[in-house]
Formats: sequence, structure tokens, C-alpha cells
Amino acid sequence: MNELLSLIVAKYNYWLYIILMMIGLYAMITKNNLIKKLVGMNIFQTAIILFYVSIGYKRDATIPIIQGDAGHGAGEAVIRAADYINPLPHVLMLTAIVVSVATFGVALTLCVKVYQRYQTLEEDELRMRLSEK
Amino acid sequence: MNNYPALVVVAPLLGALFAGITAWVEDRFTFPIVLTSLGIGVAAAISNMALVLTSGTIQYKMAGWMPPMGIEYRIDTLNAMVMLLVSVIAFLNLAASYWNVRQETPDRAGSFYVMYLLFVVGLLGVVATGDLFNLYVMIEITSLSSYTMVALGDKNRAPLAALNYIFIGVIGASLYLLGVGYIYIKTGSLNMADVATMVPHMKESSSLLVAFILCIIGVWIKMALFPLHVWLPNAYAYAPVGFARIVAPLMTKVMVYAMVRLMISVFGMDYVFNTLDLAEGVVWMGTIAILAGGFMALSQKNLKKMLTYIIVCEIGYMVGGAWLGNELGMTGAILHILNDALMTFALFLAVGNMVYKLDRVDIADLQGLFGKMPWTMAGFVLAAFSIVGVPPTCGFFSKWYLILGAFEAGAYHFAAALLISSLICAVLFFKVFEVCFFEPMSDGHGDGHHGHDNAVAMAEAPASSLVVLAIVSVSLIAAGVYSGTIVDTVILPFLR
Repeated sequence: MNELLSLIVAKYNYWLYIILMMIGLYAMITKNNLIKKLVGMNIFQTAIILFYVSIGYKRDATIPIIQGDAGHGAGEAVIRAADYINPLPHVLMLTAIVVSVATFGVALTLCVKVYQRYQTLEEDELRMRLSEK
Repeated sequence: MNNYPALVVVAPLLGALFAGITAWVEDRFTFPIVLTSLGIGVAAAISNMALVLTSGTIQYKMAGWMPPMGIEYRIDTLNAMVMLLVSVIAFLNLAASYWNVRQETPDRAGSFYVMYLLFVVGLLGVVATGDLFNLYVMIEITSLSSYTMVALGDKNRAPLAALNYIFIGVIGASLYLLGVGYIYIKTGSLNMADVATMVPHMKESSSLLVAFILCIIGVWIKMALFPLHVWLPNAYAYAPVGFARIVAPLMTKVMVYAMVRLMISVFGMDYVFNTLDLAEGVVWMGTIAILAGGFMALSQKNLKKMLTYIIVCEIGYMVGGAWLGNELGMTGAILHILNDALMTFALFLAVGNMVYKLDRVDIADLQGLFGKMPWTMAGFVLAAFSIVGVPPTCGFFSKWYLILGAFEAGAYHFAAALLISSLICAVLFFKVFEVCFFEPMSDGHGDGHHGHDNAVAMAEAPASSLVVLAIVSVSLIAAGVYSGTIVDTVILPFLR
């Protein structure tokens, strides 16, 4: 029991992202309303963004901006990588955020189109309309 | 350093920018600009291919940043072949679909062309890149443009089909992204070649196993392997024809390429087949995908839907072949990327021509089509023979390699599935031919039945579509006849 607890506490960021991701997936699978599904999709993507952001973190580290002297020569100072958090995953996530925003925009547009055509966003009603024809 | 690898991708991208502007300002320049940019892309892809064949792998460092840090395009023979395939099909399809686009999306032709180019940019980027995260971005560019393009299709059904496509596509891409995250945690690198040097030192790592499984499942969702295929038939069947013609042959095949790339160039064959014990299960999945795709195709009444299920079936060929774990199977899978893209392209070209004239293509309504559209049907028959696997056409040769590989690996169920699927495809296509050839033409509009046989007036699709169909049909036979050369010069140098 203790081992499990320490596993959860030590790696809490992973547990959190998995829980968030599953919430999103659950909403995508079970919700009947298309907008709710979209919200689930966004939670799903955000969970992965949080996962990436958390893996760049280091204990007792600072933001990755190298302090120079008055001039531009920061090159002399010894740079210890452990002192700075890893900026790369964060930079990657900028791109991923752009992608998820674009996807969300396209999906919302499609929801509008579906609504204009069928006057509903509930999946079961949509299915009924489609089988009527 | 030559700039061809970047030019292949950048030419359509710039073309998309200019086309976006001209679509706004002066619409009649849009099509020539789009065609020119794809033409430049084809020329660059050809030069790439020639360079790779003469002087080996090209490493192109984006903006001069050195590889493990900067993004690298690494072009070997496999890349060069798939890049050439993508750009040629994109170019030919654009030429063929001019009239279809005018017919289907007359008021939005400009945006159609812009998204079309961005779609091609994404595909070419997936093929060219040597960077795992860049691969994700490119997959998303491809997917985003295809969501919008699918939604341009059939007014009643397409938006909903596109929305379902988004839900599942996002899950696939996100899983891939998550896998890349684990690779990054483990290796600290995103460069494929760099990761490949570190994988042998951490074979036992469970993080790496998770990374591999997540990446592969993500790619499987994007390529519509059988239980994960549900988005594909509706999305492709309701998409506008000009787009269905390119997405059907290329999207899934490029994802198969991505899987092969992950297996060979990132994780390495040794890790995939010797350390992990997954191969046999995946070959079974391929077998099931072939059979399920075939049987679902049998139950379809609409020709487009039927063809989309054939795509699901063909994906089973390639996934199964790639996971057989021997050189013959992998050769067959890679050769099938090329052949299946050509065959599917030919089929969808023909179907696009039918849609242009008939609007709906329910199989029961295709009576007398041999008389009405003889050239289209000639191309359709040839492509159908190739899918079935009749010898001089290219479909036979990749299937031959796959079956040989299956026997070498002892996967008799896979070989049996390949043969059964040939039979199923034969039944499918002869069902169509029977309606088109033997059943008399009934006009349906009730304006008198005058003479069943000779009254059919020829009403062919536009000449540009027919010329492209002829080129592709000839290439089906050429790819078959020269398949030995392709294997020797392109595929085996990559595998060895």
C-alpha cells in the first residue's frame, strides 16, 4: 500500500494527466451532444499539453533565460543545465496549442453547419433524422 | 547543398499562399497558379529521386541548424519514391478534377484549391521529415485540411461525417503526440536518426514500449486499420470528388509509410521484432482487417462506399505485410504503398468521371455504362483487375511478395486472407461489371424505351480527366512490368 502511495505521489503529474485524458475520452465517447463531445476533445488535448509542460520541469530550477553581464557575453559563465528548466517541451506545446485551437475552430464550424441543416446537435436525434431519409 | 527536398514541400506551400490571394482578388488565375506550384513540386521530386539514386541519402538541414537540434529532412530511396508518388498524383488529380470542382463547388473553388495544396504540403512534409515532432505537425496539417475538404462535399451528410472524422482523427494524432513525449523523456531527442542510435541501449525500458505502442496506435487510427476504421467510409464517400480522388489513394498510404518509417528508422527492426512480442498479433489484425474490409465491401450498394471499404481491406495487406518480420513481407508492403496508391487513384478517377455524369453512383443504377462511358470503364476495368491481382498489372506483384513473405514467416492465415480477398474483390467488381455491361439501359425518366442496345448515347467525362485516367492506367501496367526494377533500385537499398 505504501509503495503504491509513494508511486502515486512521486509521479503525480502523470496520474493527473491520465485522469484528465480519461475524462476527456469519456466525454467524447458517452456524451450525446456534439458540443459536449468537442469539450471532451479539448480536455483530451489539454491533458497531453499539461503532460508535456510537466516533463520540462526540474526541481530548484529557474526559467531558461541565461543571465549575462552588462554586455552580450554570457558565453564566459559556466552554464549548468540542471539550473534551468527544459524549455523544449514548452516550445513544442506552443505548436500543439495552435493545432488544437485550429482543430477546435474547424469542429465548431462544422457543428454550426450540422445545426443549420438539422436544427439539432443531439446525436440520437441526428441519427433519427439520417435514418428517416 | 541542394535545396530540392525543401522545394518539394515549399512550392505547394507558397502556391497555397498565392492561390489564397488570387482567389480573393482575381479568381481565374488561381487554377494556373496551383497547377504551376504542383508542377514545380513534381520537377523537384524527380530531381530528388535522381539525386538519391545516384548519390545516396540526402540530409537537408532546415535553415542550417545541425541535426539533433535543428529539423532535418532526410531523403532516402523510400522517401524519394513516396514523395514522387504524392506529388505526381496531386498534380495529375488537379488536372483531372478541374471540371469536377467547377461542378461541385462552383462558388468555393478558390478555397478548395488552397486547402488542396495545404493537404499536399502536409503529406509531403510527413514523407520528407526526419523529426518526430515535425511529423506530428505535418500529420495535423494534412488532417486539418482534409477535415475542411470533406465538409465541402455532400451538403446533407458531409459535415457530420467530417465531425466524426475530427473526433477520431484527434484521438489518433494525440496518441501519437503522447508517444513522442515518452520518446523524448527517454532519449532527450526528437531527431529520428538520433533516437535510432539510442534505442538499442534501452531495449528493456517500459517507457519506450509505451512510446512505441502509443505512436503505432496513433498512426493506425490515422490509416484506418480495421477496428479503428469507422471514420473512413463516410468521410471519403461524402467528400467532394476532386478531393476523394486524392485523399483515398494518398492519406492512408502515407500513414502506412509513417508506420514503416517508425518501425525501421526510429525503433529499428531488431527492437520491433526481437525485443517485442507483438508481430504475430499484428499480422492477425491485418488478416482480420483484410477479411472484414472485404466482407463489408460486399454489402455496400453505393460504388463509392464499396471502394472505401476496399481501402480498409488494402490497409490490412500493408500492415500485415510490414509486420511479417522478413524482407519479402516488408518489400511487399512498401511496393504495395506505390501500387495501391496508383490503383486506388485510377478507381477513384473513374468513379469521379461517373459522378460527373450521373451524380449518384449506386451500383444498381449503373446500367449500360460501358456504352455510355467506354473510356472511363476501360480504365475502371484495368484498375479493378489490378486490385484483384491479375498478372500484368501491378497489384499482382505486390501481392506476390506479400504471399511469399507470409509463407516464409509461416503466417498461412495471412496468405489465405490475401487469396480470399482477391476472390472477394473479383466478386465485387464483376458484380459492378455485370450491371454496367449486361443489364439494359433504363432511362428512368420515363421518356420511352426505344431500342435497348444501341440507343445509348456516349456521354464521356471531360477530356482532361480521360487523359489522366489513361496515363494512370498505363502506369498500372508499367509499374507491374518494372516492379522488379523498382524493388531492386528503390526498396532493397532502403531495407539493407
